[in-house]
Amino acid sequence: MITFNHVTKTFGEGERALKAVDDVSLTVEKGDIFGVIGFSGAGKSTLLRLVNLLERPTEGEIMVNERNISSLSQVELRRLRRRIGMIFQQFNLFNARTVFGNVAYPLKLAKVPKQEIETKVTELLQFVGLSDKANHYPEQLSGGQKQRVGIARALATSPDVLICDEATSALDPETTGEILNLLKKVNEEYHITILLITHEMHVIKSICNRVAVMDNGRVIEEGSVFNVFSNPQTKTAKNFISSVLNDRLSIKLLNKLRTDHQGRLFRLIFKGDTTNKPILSQVAKKYNIDFNIAYGSINELQVHLLGNLIVELIGADSEINHVIAELEQTIEVREVLDHES
Amino acid sequence: MRVDWTTFWPRIIEATGQTITMVFFTLIFASILGFTIGISLFVTRKGNILENKAIHLILNLFINIVRPIPFIILLVTIGPLTRIVVGTTIGTSAAIFPMTIAASFGVARIVENNLVAIDPGLIEAAKAMGASPVQIIFTVLIPETLGPLILGLTFITVALIDFSAIAGTVGGGGLGDLAMTYGYQRFDGSVMLVTVTVLIILVQFAQLLGNKLSHKFLRK
Repeated sequence: MITFNHVTKTFGEGERALKAVDDVSLTVEKGDIFGVIGFSGAGKSTLLRLVNLLERPTEGEIMVNERNISSLSQVELRRLRRRIGMIFQQFNLFNARTVFGNVAYPLKLAKVPKQEIETKVTELLQFVGLSDKANHYPEQLSGGQKQRVGIARALATSPDVLICDEATSALDPETTGEILNLLKKVNEEYHITILLITHEMHVIKSICNRVAVMDNGRVIEEGSVFNVFSNPQTKTAKNFISSVLNDRLSIKLLNKLRTDHQGRLFRLIFKGDTTNKPILSQVAKKYNIDFNIAYGSINELQVHLLGNLIVELIGADSEINHVIAELEQTIEVREVLDHES
Repeated sequence: MRVDWTTFWPRIIEATGQTITMVFFTLIFASILGFTIGISLFVTRKGNILENKAIHLILNLFINIVRPIPFIILLVTIGPLTRIVVGTTIGTSAAIFPMTIAASFGVARIVENNLVAIDPGLIEAAKAMGASPVQIIFTVLIPETLGPLILGLTFITVALIDFSAIAGTVGGGGLGDLAMTYGYQRFDGSVMLVTVTVLIILVQFAQLLGNKLSHKFLRK
């Protein structure tokens, strides 16, 4: 659906040149909810704007629906942009137009007949739950309602892709949840592929099936949300992930665990099906040891579960080694030596 | 010699009509010209939808040349041009031409200043929805700034009532002319009082109308 092929975007020239996007290759498949996460300044906003050529790539090619978009004429580009809906952090609604007028706007640009506009806008306002606000002006709406109008407006031209620029970053947690549910509904009911950027990992965790982690203009990690969350490779990714999985120990907590539990501490990571099996009690019965769960969390990622437990093993060292060897056949085991492990 | 008020009232009414005519037509022509220049100035800015360094520079320079010229000097200086365009330099319609020239550049700056204040996100959103530069001008720039623009035009209208008084002194007629010839040169305080009162009422009315209209379009 969308392919980035060694794409670089440089702002400025010479000494002051800044590579906002640096040699990025990515593929967003049809039906994906693809999330790009990174800190501010990581280049994700620029990356998003390359998809509809609000920014032009300095190098590399971007394919949308198997067409290299850099080669499109102005007229073709405007037609393509109607196939790509976009929503924004600050909503960017037209203050001089009503809710109805905002949603109708892209259809008017496309010179759609009035009757058809009427039908489409009514349908979309119903979809986003704002039928009763059609004649209100944006100033009369709350943030969440504004973003609903933004979504309805982006869907007006029945696009194939929806690109979301920090769509929930200006909203409170509860409203964020509602908007994320709405985006999921857009993906499921209208079969629209979604590419979103965010700096909030819980956005990725709630709705994305694929994720790319960006840092300094580069994509440093990419894959299915479950794979990246369960086995992050880079420090940036680990930081983002622990912000939502709650799986890392603070030094303070580790010290407390150490005083409370005299035995050796291990981190056990359960992925997918292994979370359903009574692995711990089985090995405890088989070997002469005791388990004491000190800390842990189980997270739902899409339909998979990801468990993360810190357990104290009490027993003879030789027995413990056997237990570890046996556990390692089904789950990941790491001894907790410091707060980073 | 004092004026005879039994016969002078019709002169006041006639002069008021001339002033309104001058201001009204100037406002229409200056708005068309001023919006064109102001919008061109904005869209040709660096990074904007029709970026064009040369056009931007020329327009900017032109505005900065015309605007500082005192109106009475401009009025006399472009006399020959007025004769070519209007056919005469005397009378109400001849006053409209120099007034339009002077006001257009003022309107252009006001238009540009208001457009600069527009949220760039709105232009980006329109672009992302496939709007062409011309569509952006007519469906985003103008509607979104209409409220403050009307206030700006109101300001210009009040200035035009002032201009019309100056234009009147060189044969344009109107209230200013009346005040000068009868009130000032013939030391008739009553004419001065009446004309000034009418001018004040006109200004008040223009401001009130402007405020009402702009409020209707202000949506922030």
